[in-house]
Amino acid sequence: MNIKENSIKMIFLASGLLSIFILLGIFYLLFSNSFPALRDVGIKSFFSRGYWNPTAYSVPQYSILNIIKGTFMVGTGSLLFAVPLGVACAAYLAEVASPREREIFKPIIEILAGIPSVVLGFFGLVVVAPLLSSVFGLPNGINALNGSILVGIMALPTVVSLAEDAVSAVPQEYRHASLALGATRWQTLKNVTIPAAFSGVLAASLLGMGRAIGETMTVLMVTGNALAAPSSFMDSVRTLSANIAIEMGEVPMGSLHFHSLFVVGLVLFIITFIINLLADIIFDRYRKGVSM
Amino acid sequence: MEATMNLKDKDFVPFKEEQPNSSRVVVYYDPKSNGTGKRPARKEKVKVEKLAFYYGTKQALQNINLDIIANEVTALIGPSGCGKTTYLRIINRMNDLIPGSRIEGKVLIDGEDIYGPEVDVVELRRRVGLVFQQPNPFPKSIYENVAYGPRIHGIRKKSLLDEIVEESLKQAALWDEVKDRFKDSALSLSGGQQQRLCIARVLAVRPEILLMDEPTSALDPVATQRIEDLIRTLASNYTIIIVTHNMQQAARISDTTAFFLLGEMVEQGKTSQIFTRPRDRRTEEYITGRFG
Repeated sequence: MNIKENSIKMIFLASGLLSIFILLGIFYLLFSNSFPALRDVGIKSFFSRGYWNPTAYSVPQYSILNIIKGTFMVGTGSLLFAVPLGVACAAYLAEVASPREREIFKPIIEILAGIPSVVLGFFGLVVVAPLLSSVFGLPNGINALNGSILVGIMALPTVVSLAEDAVSAVPQEYRHASLALGATRWQTLKNVTIPAAFSGVLAASLLGMGRAIGETMTVLMVTGNALAAPSSFMDSVRTLSANIAIEMGEVPMGSLHFHSLFVVGLVLFIITFIINLLADIIFDRYRKGVSM
Repeated sequence: MEATMNLKDKDFVPFKEEQPNSSRVVVYYDPKSNGTGKRPARKEKVKVEKLAFYYGTKQALQNINLDIIANEVTALIGPSGCGKTTYLRIINRMNDLIPGSRIEGKVLIDGEDIYGPEVDVVELRRRVGLVFQQPNPFPKSIYENVAYGPRIHGIRKKSLLDEIVEESLKQAALWDEVKDRFKDSALSLSGGQQQRLCIARVLAVRPEILLMDEPTSALDPVATQRIEDLIRTLASNYTIIIVTHNMQQAARISDTTAFFLLGEMVEQGKTSQIFTRPRDRRTEEYITGRFG
């Protein structure tokens, strides 16, 4: 009996440890492979003014500032799109929808998460791009805005499902207190329920952003991937993830360019890690009820 | 409305003299008038006729005829699950929120059927305030908790809100304890203070009737006594219906007591009569502690 108990315990412990080892392993791999570039090019070169052009004939440049900017543009742009929509959707599901409506809508929204990103990329090229170019009078609609919209769609299921959890977790007593004071359902939702769910919603948004920033294929297909410094959402941008995907296939193994792409990956990893950590901290505080 | 807000008199309101329960309208001696004048006749604020209530197929109340006299404290006593809370929540239609519930019979407030098709539930709930069993302040500041009700009913002016908040907190006997800490979270208050805050929150929307669902069951004896004193004070301006498990409490604070058992109202009468000469054997058994 005791042996059985112990072995089961060991199995669970091992699976828990495995995921930690995988995470550490990936971090080690990224770091060790980017080390030659960090040593030879220097961290400063990656973050000083200039362009990303490691294959230049004269002086190669390694600045990823424009790419980081593009990444954050698509990341925050997608949130501006996904958060209001996602929160409204979550509020509808948690507060307004009948159980039957919820049963229909929730799986549909979850299916959205299952659409292959390449397919969404097609959608962006064929539907969103012409739309943007005709609405804004642009030569083409391949830009940061297009990427934001599509990544927003991709982040939507994450935001909706986490925000719905947060809204549903608001104690029923708050709603009842508000309704008993003569508030309408809408006033209750707007003034009591959503503020009480705020940190949960914020965490949901951050996790959505973590998803958005790491997104590769869709972004690569619809943002144009230009390396110039973007000045507005109508400009073409390149993101960190797209940068790796575009160049990794053609780079000579072991070259400085190869290793500097790992630096890009490392930066991406650190950004998403920080965002997820923040989301986690907020979620934790929210669960303990320290919020507001 | 003017009269209800003029709570200058903080004196303990004396118990009214016992009256025969037979006639609906009686004139009685008021110690405050020094024998010079008569108080207005006892008037029914709430009339309930042949009320039945169902949760799905389960009948929670049957054939209830129970009138509530204006400016009195009416206590509802009875064992758990006897329907007294259900009755209470019918009066401000909070039971509407329970899916599958159904009501039969008539509930009139000031002669108006509150389940009639023309009735504005939001306005009804403003007129009929509910204080819950567990103190349930919003996770907002003390000030915002009290200002919430007036705000949702359209009061925007800061000076007026300040006035209402102060007045309500004074009526709820909480003013002195919180006047220097309006901005603090309501959740930082003690349980008894939270419950008085909830009472102030209800008073801030100028109700006519106060429903209290075991308002002291979660509180310590000192806090309980403060709330009981408060209820007596408020009775001169509001019609109060209180559900309580505590028979001493009912005896201490109420003018009229109604005994519920298994979804029926067994007996209603002057509190002094119910506790000294109950007419029904079941009432006697309950108040002498033979069951319940």
